[in-house]
Amino acid sequence: MSSKEKLKVLVVDDEPSILMPLEFLMRKSGYQVFVARNGTEAMESVDKEQPDVVLLDIMMPDVDGYEVCRHIRGQENMNGAKVILMSAKTKDADIKKGYDVGADLYIPKPFSTRFLMEKIKELTQS
Amino acid sequence: MNYWLVIGVSFCYLALLFGLASWAERRSAAGRSFVGNPYIYALSMAVYCTAWTYYGSVGRAATTGLGYLAIYIGPTLMAPLWWVVLRKIIRICKVQRITTIADFISSRYGKNITLGSIVTIICVLGIIPYISIQLKAIASSLDLLTGMNEVGRSPLFGDTSFYIALGLGLFTIVYGTRHVEATERHEGMVTAIAFESLFKLVIFIVAGVFVTYGVFNGFGDIMQQATQLPDFERLMTFDNDSGFSQWFWMVVLSMLAILFLPRQFQVAVVENVNEQHLNKAMWLFPLYLFAINIFVLPIAFGGDLLFNGASVDADMFVLAIPLSEGQSLLALMVYLGGFSAATSMVIVATIALSVMVSNNLVMPLLVGIPAIKNQYQNQLTKLLLFSRRLGILVILLLAYLYYKGVAEYYSLVEVGLVSFAAVAQFAPAIIGGIFWKEGTKNGALAGIVVGAVLWFYTLVVPSMVGVGMLPGSILEQGPLGIAWLKPFELFGLQGMDYISHAMFWSMFLNVGLYIGVSLLSRQTSQERNQAEVFVDIFKYSTVFESSIVWKGTAYIPDIKSLLVNFLGQKKAEVAMKAYKRKYPEPEDESGKADPKLVTYAEKLLSGVIGSSSARIMVSSVVKEEEISIDEVLNILKESQQLISINNELRRKSMELRRATEQLRSANERLKQLDELKDEFLSTVTHELRTPLTSIRALSEILYDNPEMEREDQEHFLQTIVKESERLTRLITQVLDLERFESGKQKLNLGPVQIEEVVRESVDALSQLVQEKNIDLVVDVQHNLPAINGDKDRLMQVLVNLISNAIKFCNPEHGRIIVSGYYIDGDIKVNVVDNGKGIDPEFHKQIFDKFYQAQNQNIRKPEGSGLGLAISKKIIESHQGRIWVESEVGKGSKFSFVLPVKVNVPANV
Repeated sequence: MSSKEKLKVLVVDDEPSILMPLEFLMRKSGYQVFVARNGTEAMESVDKEQPDVVLLDIMMPDVDGYEVCRHIRGQENMNGAKVILMSAKTKDADIKKGYDVGADLYIPKPFSTRFLMEKIKELTQS
Repeated sequence: MNYWLVIGVSFCYLALLFGLASWAERRSAAGRSFVGNPYIYALSMAVYCTAWTYYGSVGRAATTGLGYLAIYIGPTLMAPLWWVVLRKIIRICKVQRITTIADFISSRYGKNITLGSIVTIICVLGIIPYISIQLKAIASSLDLLTGMNEVGRSPLFGDTSFYIALGLGLFTIVYGTRHVEATERHEGMVTAIAFESLFKLVIFIVAGVFVTYGVFNGFGDIMQQATQLPDFERLMTFDNDSGFSQWFWMVVLSMLAILFLPRQFQVAVVENVNEQHLNKAMWLFPLYLFAINIFVLPIAFGGDLLFNGASVDADMFVLAIPLSEGQSLLALMVYLGGFSAATSMVIVATIALSVMVSNNLVMPLLVGIPAIKNQYQNQLTKLLLFSRRLGILVILLLAYLYYKGVAEYYSLVEVGLVSFAAVAQFAPAIIGGIFWKEGTKNGALAGIVVGAVLWFYTLVVPSMVGVGMLPGSILEQGPLGIAWLKPFELFGLQGMDYISHAMFWSMFLNVGLYIGVSLLSRQTSQERNQAEVFVDIFKYSTVFESSIVWKGTAYIPDIKSLLVNFLGQKKAEVAMKAYKRKYPEPEDESGKADPKLVTYAEKLLSGVIGSSSARIMVSSVVKEEEISIDEVLNILKESQQLISINNELRRKSMELRRATEQLRSANERLKQLDELKDEFLSTVTHELRTPLTSIRALSEILYDNPEMEREDQEHFLQTIVKESERLTRLITQVLDLERFESGKQKLNLGPVQIEEVVRESVDALSQLVQEKNIDLVVDVQHNLPAINGDKDRLMQVLVNLISNAIKFCNPEHGRIIVSGYYIDGDIKVNVVDNGKGIDPEFHKQIFDKFYQAQNQNIRKPEGSGLGLAISKKIIESHQGRIWVESEVGKGSKFSFVLPVKVNVPANV
C-alpha cells in the first residue's frame, strides 16, 4: 500500500451521533472517508470503494455488522482490508463471534477515540 | 271387556319387557349402559311397591284407615341410614362376591352351610306366599276387567294365571340366568324393572287424578263426602290400644323389609354398580313412595262412597272405579299398571330365590358328595345353570299352587306382612354381624331358628287353620288344649294384634338368643376372621386377599383347574391375569400357591356357587392347616398396622412429592425472574452505551482539537446535550417501569376528560408534526363521560403513541388520525398512521420492554424501547387494555380502551 495515497476508511453506524464525530476524526487524521448508515449501504460502499479500513457497528436496522464483515472477507480484492468492529454488545460470545467472522479488532462501546486512532495506526502500519 | 283382548295386551306388555331388556343388554354390550345411572338404580328399588301397594294399600285404607301408611314410613325413616348400613353391606358383598342374603349370613358366620340353608328355606317359605299374592292380584284384576271367574278356575292348564306365571318364568330365566356368575349384573332385567316402576307410578297417579278430579271435584270434595261415611272417624284415627303397637311394629317391619327382602337385596346390593348411587336413591326413593301414596286415600274413600254396600273387593277399587265409570281404556291401563307392579316383584324375587336355592341348598349338597363332585366336576357350571332355571320354575309353580290353595282366602296385605315378618328374622344376625365382632355362628343360628319357628307358629299356623288344614281348636284352646300355647296369645300375652304379637315374641327371642348365645359360645378362627373383615370392611376392602388368614399347602395348577371348571377357560385366564396385575410378586418355584391366590380363587368361586360351596371346593384341592384364633387376630392386627403404616407412608410421600414440586416450580420461577433481570440489565446497559459512546467521542475530539471551527464546536456541543437528554430520558423510563412492575407506582386519580388529554398531547407534539409536514387529524367525540384516572400518565401514553406514529408514518405524505369514542361501556382511543406497518408476528412483543433489542442484531430506528412497555403498564393499571392492529404495508392502528365503570362524575 502506497503511503502517498490517502488511506480509505469506511465508517458504518446507524447512530448519526456516533457517525458524525468518527467521520470528523478520520477526515482530521488525513484519511479519505466514506460513511454508511446501514449494512446495505456499507456493502455497496465496500464493493465500490474497496476501503483499507472499515469501522463497523454491529446492530443495524437491516444487515448486521457480522454479515457485512463476512461479506468483506468474501471479496478477494479485500484481503488486506482491516475490519474493526465497534459494538455495545459486550458479551464474550458476541466478541468471539466478531473474531470468528474475520474482524481484526473488536472494540466495545463506549471507547476512547485516542485508543481507536492508535489501533488504526497499528493495524495499517504492520 | 273382551277376555282375549286383555290377555293379548298382557302378553304384549310382557313382550315389551323382553324387548326393553334385550335392548338394554345390547346397549350395555356396546358400552352405553343404562345402569350407570343413579335414577335407574333408585327406580329399580321401587320394586318394593308391588301389587300390595298398587291394589292393597287402597284396600287397607278403605277398611282399616291410615294404617296402610306405616309400611312406607318405615323405608322413609330407613333411607337416611342407608349410607351407614346399606353402603357397608354393598361394600362387603362387592369385596366378598356375595350374591344373596343367605350367602351374606353364611359368609359372616364362617361360611357355615347349615346357616345358609336355613336362611334359604326361611326365605323360600316366607317369599313364596308373597309371590303368590302377586299372581292372585293379576288374576283378580283380570276377573274384574273381563267379568270372568279367573280366580275360581281349576288349577294349571285351564287357568290363565298359570300361563302368566310361565311367561314370567321364561323372562326370569332369559334375563336372570344369562351368566353363571351371579355377581354379574342383570342389566336388562334392572332396566325393565326400572321401567315398570315408572309405569306403575304414572298409571296409579293418572287413576288417582281421574278419581279425584274426574269422578269427584278434588280432594276437598272427596273428604267432605267421606265424613258422611259411618266409620270415617275410625279410619282417620289410631287411638285404640293396639293401634300404637301395630303402628310401631309395622314401621319396624318395613324398615327391615326394605333392607332384607331378597328382591330388595338383589336390586339394592347385588345390582348396585356404584356406591355413590345411594346418595340419589336416599331421597328419590322416599319421594317415589310419597308420590305413589298421594292418591291412596282419595281412591279408597271414593270407592267406599261409590260402592257403599255393594260387594266390591276394596283391594280392587282402583280398577273398579274407572270400570264403573265406563272408562274402559283407563281401566285397561290401570290393569297393566297393576300387572307391572306384580310382575316386577315376581321377576326379581324369583331370581334372588333361585340363586339362593342353587348356591345354598343344591350346590353344597352336590359338592358335598365326593362321587358327584369328582365325576361331574367339569359339568358343574351347566348343572348350576340348570338348577337355577329349574329353581325358577319350581318357585313359580309353588307360588302358583299356594295362590290356588291358600292365598285366595287372605288379603294382599295380610299375606305380604307374613313375608315381611319372615325376613325380619335375619335382622339381628345381619345388623349384629356388620357392627358387632363378637356375634357367633351359634348365636345367629339360635336366633334365626327360634325366631323362624315362632314366626311359623304365630303367623303361618293360624293361616293354615284358616284354610282348614289344621283344626280351629288350636287357635281357640291351644294345641292339645294347652292354653298358653295359643298361637295368638303365646305365653298368655294378650291385647296385641296378631302381627305385633308375632313380632314381639319372635324378635324378642331372636335378639335375645343371638346376643346371649354369642356371648356364651366361641368363634372358630375362620368365623373370627370373617367377623373382623365384615365389621371393618372399609379398612380391608382394598387388601381383601391379604386380610383372610389362611395356612396350608396348595398348588397353582390345582387352583387354576378349579377356576377353569367353574368360570370356563377364558374367564379363568382373565381372572389369573387380573390377579398377577394386583400382586405382581413372582410365583413360587415349587408351584405352590400363595395364600392370597387361594383366597382370591375362593372369592371368585363364591360369586358363582356361593361362599360355603366355594369353601368346600377350595378345601378339597388344598391341604389346610388349623390356625388358632390368636394367630388370626395377630396376623390381622399386623396387616392392619401394615395398612395404616402404608397409608401414612403414602401420605408422607405424597406430601413430599408436593413439596418438591412446589420447590421446583418456585425455583424455576426464580430462575426465570433471574434471567429476565439479567436480560433487562444487559439491555439497559446496552442502551446506555450508545449515547455514552457518542458523548465520549465528541468530548475527546473537542478537547484534542482546540483549533476546531466554531461551527463544528457548536454542532458537537449540541449533540452532546442531546445525547445527555437521551440518557436522562432512558434512566427516567427505566425507573418508571420498575415502579409499575413492583407495584410502587401510585396513580394520581381524578376525573379525566379524554378529549382534553388528546388535545394537550397533540399540542405538545405540534411542532414536530409541522416540521415533518404530517397531516394530523383529531376526531374525538364531544361530551364523553369522564373516567377516573391519572391525567399525566394517560397523556404520557398518548404522547408516546403519537410520537411513535410521527416517527413511523409515511416519510413523504405522513398522515395520522387520533380518534376517541364511547363503546360498550368503554372509552376507546385509536392512533392510526400510514407507515409501513408491523408484522402480526410482533404484535404482542412490541409491548415488551426493549423488544427491539432483545437477542437480535437488527436495530430499531429510534427510541428507547420502553415507551410501549410503559404505556401498557399505565393502561393496565387503569383496568384497560392496549393493542395494535396492523399489517406490513398497510399502516398501524394502536388502540386502547378504558372502562367507564370506574368513572366519577364529570367536572362541569
